[in-house]
Amino acid sequence: MAKPLDNRAWFLVLPVVALVAFSALIPVMTVVNYSVQDSFGNNEFFWNGTGWFKELLDPSTDLGGRFFDALWRTLLFSAICLLIEVPLGIGVALTLPRRGWGVAASLVLLALPLLIPWNVVGTIWQVFARRDIGLLGAAVNGLGIEYNYAQTPLAAWVTVVAMDVWHWTSLVVLLCYAGLRAIPDAYYQAAKVDGASSWAVFRAIQLPKMQRVLTIAILLRFMDSFMIYTEPFVVTGGGPGNATTFLSIDLVKIALGQFDLGKAAAMSIVYNLIVLTVCWVFFATTTRSQSEAVQ
Amino acid sequence: MARIAFEHLAHLYPGSSAHALKPMDMVWEDAGAYALLGPSGCGKTTLLNIVSGLLRPSEGRVLFDGRDVTALPTERRNVAQVFQFPVVYDTMTVRENLAFPLRNRGVPAAAARARVEHVAGLLGLSAMLDRRARNLGADDKQKISLGRGLVRDDVAAILFDEPLTVIDPHLKWELRSRLKELHRQVPVTMIYVTHDQTEALTFADRVVVMSEGEVVQVGTPEALFDRPAHTFVGHFIGSPGMNLLPCAVEGDAAILPGGHRIGLPRAYPRLSGRLELGIRPEFAALARDGLPVTLRRIEDLGRRRIARVELEGMPFAATLPEGMAVPAEPRLALDPARLHVYADGRLAAGEG
Amino acid sequence: MSGATLAPAALAETRAPAESGALRAAVPRVVLVLYILFLLVPIYWLVNMSLKTNLEINSGMTLWPQNPTLEHYRRIFTDASWYSGYINSLTYVALNTVISLAVALPAAYAFSRYRFLGDKHLFFWLLSNRMAPPAVFALPFFQLYSAVGLFDTPWAVALAHCLFNIPLAVWILEGFMSGVPREIDEMAAIDGWSFPAFFIRHFLPLVAGGVGVAAFFCFMFSWVELLLARTLTTVNAKPIVATMTRTVSAAGMDWGLLSAAGVLTIIPGAIVIWFVRNHIARGFALGRV
Repeated sequence: MAKPLDNRAWFLVLPVVALVAFSALIPVMTVVNYSVQDSFGNNEFFWNGTGWFKELLDPSTDLGGRFFDALWRTLLFSAICLLIEVPLGIGVALTLPRRGWGVAASLVLLALPLLIPWNVVGTIWQVFARRDIGLLGAAVNGLGIEYNYAQTPLAAWVTVVAMDVWHWTSLVVLLCYAGLRAIPDAYYQAAKVDGASSWAVFRAIQLPKMQRVLTIAILLRFMDSFMIYTEPFVVTGGGPGNATTFLSIDLVKIALGQFDLGKAAAMSIVYNLIVLTVCWVFFATTTRSQSEAVQ
Repeated sequence: MARIAFEHLAHLYPGSSAHALKPMDMVWEDAGAYALLGPSGCGKTTLLNIVSGLLRPSEGRVLFDGRDVTALPTERRNVAQVFQFPVVYDTMTVRENLAFPLRNRGVPAAAARARVEHVAGLLGLSAMLDRRARNLGADDKQKISLGRGLVRDDVAAILFDEPLTVIDPHLKWELRSRLKELHRQVPVTMIYVTHDQTEALTFADRVVVMSEGEVVQVGTPEALFDRPAHTFVGHFIGSPGMNLLPCAVEGDAAILPGGHRIGLPRAYPRLSGRLELGIRPEFAALARDGLPVTLRRIEDLGRRRIARVELEGMPFAATLPEGMAVPAEPRLALDPARLHVYADGRLAAGEG
Repeated sequence: MSGATLAPAALAETRAPAESGALRAAVPRVVLVLYILFLLVPIYWLVNMSLKTNLEINSGMTLWPQNPTLEHYRRIFTDASWYSGYINSLTYVALNTVISLAVALPAAYAFSRYRFLGDKHLFFWLLSNRMAPPAVFALPFFQLYSAVGLFDTPWAVALAHCLFNIPLAVWILEGFMSGVPREIDEMAAIDGWSFPAFFIRHFLPLVAGGVGVAAFFCFMFSWVELLLARTLTTVNAKPIVATMTRTVSAAGMDWGLLSAAGVLTIIPGAIVIWFVRNHIARGFALGRV
């Protein structure tokens, strides 16, 4: 059933547009403005054209090299997080009972990490993984494995990834569970009648029915892991060295630490465009394949 | 293909005090077409789920060809089921859907392919074999569900759980007749659950009428119509249902309220309990002579006309014969051969 | 099907899968319990630390507090800069939730009921703000809110969080509203209800679940966010999460106090989840499943 065309609907949308425009457009314009200028402090600005962008996108310059390092690091981090969290999330969602008293209890416990302030997540893992006072750190070192996230990059990465898995897999679980719950019992009964194995049930029924929520889950997880700032900042501060300096951390260092507004602004724009492009491409391809399937 | 038997079968849902299915013994012959008919909550779906193995009965045994399958899970019973809402595997084509049960059982690809094409031919799905199943209409989806049962040549029975619920009315008739035709071509036990008497009577060789967890009559559609074993059957089957009048019985005569004496086709011994005289509206006609009644209204059903009348204050449905004008002083004529006597709801056996 | 002769063999076969079936049915439970343990152990460790004295923390590893103490909690509740942090956080979270819902409700209604010029582009533009890294906005927000005199007030943080929460709220509510049949609106129009009266008295109760879920998400993102909240406040509106980071740097390694503050920030979230526990599954499907 088609929705009626009525441009008066704009009046209903107006407050949202006004508020979001106030919060988004003015800052975006500020950022664009800075990105084409250079400053030496004292509020003195000079026209720099596309200079920052050229430097940023050229890996042979200092700024460009730093940017691409941080970009690859962030992409690798997002990829690892998605590769662990999505399968793990689907797996845990499949283990949740469909009904009974255990459901609400499990859901509450699962959702708990999602509502912990991000820096507290960092604090929890700091306290948990330190070799002197942390259970995890002490246990791993006790097993004879050298583990100190403040010193070795590998340990830092393991800690940050484990923290992200701990923090965000529940989101994938809850989304998948919501998708699974919407499957009518008849599908499972039909599969039983057809003699399907658990794997066949998963491939033929559960995975297709989760497609929509999985799209949302992957989008959200990509966006948030690609924009991650607070949690690794609290735990590792971007170190050791620059091992866990992701794009957001680097951006804040440049903007608020060094007050290099032009560089930071140019970097913001490129960063934002990457997120938008990836999301748009992913969104467009999945919705196209879905709508093709529907027609 | 199998003969299905129930021995002292009953089911009590945990936590419930009343039987969802009261104890019963029954046999369904191999390759029969059976319908389970009854209103919502009569236990017909419970019985169907016991046959398919989705539900394990709390008492009694289920036998397929004499073999006890009570403890067997669904996937080991070789039954197929068509559900109320069409179940197809969305991401697969029609062909893959039909081949799914065969693939799960490790049937070689070539054999599976031949089988799928044969079944698609039977169901009229050949032209759409390579289309995505999720884009089809509800009627085609139900055909696919049915096809997934038919592809297995070892299937013991095909169960239908109100399969026409979501089908457009004009397609219902087509699907129903195709089903009937299929049953002639493929001799497999089919069990069809419905609350719609038309579906049950047109599909089945034998109809199992259920009410409140109890099987009240098993019989051919004709038997259900001619000799309802229970007032429930009389009332539930036929539209309008059987007329039931309280009465007293003396030998081969019934005495109605108001003292009218009606001759019965057979004599009855002394009957105890609440007695009722039953006759279908088809065999009670308005006439010039007979019992005096008051006319309430005429319903024109197209092919026939039903007169709603009152007999001594009790509502009664009768036929208004074709071509007859609505009489000013209507009287009711009953076909004596079609009269039945019920004691406490159950058909009383007469003599001669 | 060769009948009765098969019966004993078939029965024996069924019993074996029944036992391995019970085993297989236990596997999901075990996996689930293990995963939940994985979630709870770090939280347990934080609680454990918060109940230990600093002496005990620094003198060696103990799996539970040997001399449990509430000293750290007492310090937090008696220090104004700590508990005012809580008040500040709850203030801007509440403000943000109210503002987001108030503007998102009519907009979601418009998106769910009408087509209008540029609707699809507008929707994607709104969502695209959810995709912007907060780090990008930190500095411009700082300047913007300083310029309009809202810097270091709860309003600044509440408005800044709107950028992320309004698109999300519109998205969630639109899903729930699309599930309400349009005949309801038409009936109300025929019965002569004005639009605002219909919307508040008839329509809102129908999407109450969606409003609850949207409020939950607004609460969630506003409560957990740190970067903007810290950037936009200095003293007066400093949120609890920022107070904590200050302690880390200033007081050095006061792990007990830090852990106690962390535990206290988990509690509001836990309470909110408890209230919405029966709607979580539907909420996470954004009302569309």
